[in-house]
Amino acid sequence: MSIFINSTSKVIVQGMTGSEGTKHTRRMLASGTQVVGGVTPGKGGQSVEIDGHQLPVFNTVAEAIAATGANVSVVFVPPKFAKAAVIDAIDAKMPLVVVITEGIPVHDSAYFYAYSLHKGTTQIIGPNCPGLISPEQSNVGIIPADITKRGPIGLVSKSGTLTYQMMYELRDIGFSTAVGIGGDPVIGTTHIDCLKAFQDDPETTAIVMIGEIGGDAEERAAAFIAEYVTKPVVGYVAGFTAPEGKTMGHAGAIVSGSSGTAQAKKDALEAAGVKVGQTPSETARLMRAILGR
Amino acid sequence: MDLFEYQARDLFEKHGVPVLAGAVATTDDEAFKAASVMGGKVVVKAQVKVGGRGKAGGVKLAVDADDAKAKAGAILGMDIKGHTVHQVMIAQAAPIVDEYYISILLDRSNRTFLVMASVAGGMDIEEVAHTAPEKLAKVPVTAVDGISQAKAKEIIAQAKFPVDIADQVADVLVKLWETFQSEDATLVEVNPLVKTEDGRIIALDGKVTLDENAEFRQPGHAALVDHASANALEAAAKEKGLNYVKLENHPVGIIGNGAGLVMSTLDVVAYAGEKFGGMRPANFLDIGGGASAQVMADGLSIILGDPDVKSVFVNVFGGITACDAVANGIVQALELLGAKATKPIVVRLDGNNVLEGRAILTAANHPLVEQAETMDGAASRAAELAAK
Repeated sequence: MSIFINSTSKVIVQGMTGSEGTKHTRRMLASGTQVVGGVTPGKGGQSVEIDGHQLPVFNTVAEAIAATGANVSVVFVPPKFAKAAVIDAIDAKMPLVVVITEGIPVHDSAYFYAYSLHKGTTQIIGPNCPGLISPEQSNVGIIPADITKRGPIGLVSKSGTLTYQMMYELRDIGFSTAVGIGGDPVIGTTHIDCLKAFQDDPETTAIVMIGEIGGDAEERAAAFIAEYVTKPVVGYVAGFTAPEGKTMGHAGAIVSGSSGTAQAKKDALEAAGVKVGQTPSETARLMRAILGR
Repeated sequence: MDLFEYQARDLFEKHGVPVLAGAVATTDDEAFKAASVMGGKVVVKAQVKVGGRGKAGGVKLAVDADDAKAKAGAILGMDIKGHTVHQVMIAQAAPIVDEYYISILLDRSNRTFLVMASVAGGMDIEEVAHTAPEKLAKVPVTAVDGISQAKAKEIIAQAKFPVDIADQVADVLVKLWETFQSEDATLVEVNPLVKTEDGRIIALDGKVTLDENAEFRQPGHAALVDHASANALEAAAKEKGLNYVKLENHPVGIIGNGAGLVMSTLDVVAYAGEKFGGMRPANFLDIGGGASAQVMADGLSIILGDPDVKSVFVNVFGGITACDAVANGIVQALELLGAKATKPIVVRLDGNNVLEGRAILTAANHPLVEQAETMDGAASRAAELAAK
């Protein structure tokens, strides 16, 4: 098992004919993901050959689902067109939509998130995220597939490269699923959604949760862990040295006043029984101690 | 991007939110002219993006244009909580009988928009929320539904605004929503919203924050950028499309890929720096995913141009970014800089094409470049070099 995606996931790529879309479709295919087609409005009926795979292109997500049975969509559409792409997927009742695109205006992401709640048939991951990987099963997004292998650890993180770093630190143990939920102020899937899924997933025996400054998602996650999660959780929070009022790369990573500080998040997690590392390597050591490896 | 008060006033006016006459001045002569045109009493207000300017002496009533000139002369150049006053707003004075509060903002926790409204205006709204939460109405609004006239009336009633002005305030709320939505704002706040002696409802002071991700469809927003207070290095980095934040007076320059990893790198350097007399990171610089050699070279040039920097730590985990491209970027940047490059650079590469990347640096054998195996080890070495 794993969470959200597995070896039976059938993936379409929205924006597959663009340069980023093509590049990452190739990488996803190379890691064994079942990519079954792409969507580019106006290019329906064409087909694209990528490394020996003949992939059909559709005008809409609904057409793609009808023809391929896809149940996951990954979005590589530029910010200007991302809202329309995600709404197309929601209207088609696509169960899981992973939005990789960085730089989407928050009014657009707030809109498609609200719209997904209204329709009630689509889970969104992202935007501005690296996607997710269930190693040796399926890889949806841009996470490198060759860092580690399948194993018992579940990982949820706002950040892409910190996800890679943590997968690398624990590469000999392996992961059930690693999910990058994204660093934007409005995201479709939260730490809590992933913690719940990992708790309910029999393959996952321990969880790494990576947070960063800004917002109160980590504090909420801590409350959820105390209430619901019985599996061991190890945490890491980035941004202890970030000054107030400066956005640290991610649109959501900003300390305003006393809220959103790394210390407050660390304290909340520790109060919920989570062991929090001071650095990525210490966090990995805490996980090794828990797993006895 | 946070706007100055006068910029917020102008946006409000554009969208039909009632405001008083106001003009911006950068010299006392300009203040005199603006006050002369307005006539009568005016208020001279320091334009700084920080609260508490009234208490700091940054807001003064002037009886006429001569007085406005004198008051502007005193306020311009003032330092308010570390912000230098480069501009003042000359605003018409108005007799006020009541003050209220109203705002629309992005509510991250609930992933929706939120309207806050209160009849207890004029003071710190966080204070009101804390001491008298019953006086603050908080109503979620989704991006799909927005704020119609009917919804606005409902919110205003919930906030217990007096019946005689409820329709007027609801009308202001609808126009604030139009401002919020059509300008791609993440905050529009009016504090205070006032009732004047003659019964008008006016937005007397406002704060607006705009979403920089929406720049592609907001061509007017580029003109709102505050170049005067921008850090020169930050401006240079922005021009190169780099995500850079300067942290004042610290010696360890940082370059990494991915916002989370760079934030983490700053922390690890600060911890490691404790052993070397408190060496701390000089900046945040994210070269992003899939960075080319050119991007790496641009980034390194900016960091090496920072006089505070004594050593540099390049920390890259290659996911999409290839370590050989990063290594080539370092080599290219050092060739370009030639004798101008005088600061030691500690490089930690891992991930995609790591062996090729390390081999390129080894072959270049540049006297300033050292390689380190781990992030912790590299941080420690960079802090040690900064302390020398």
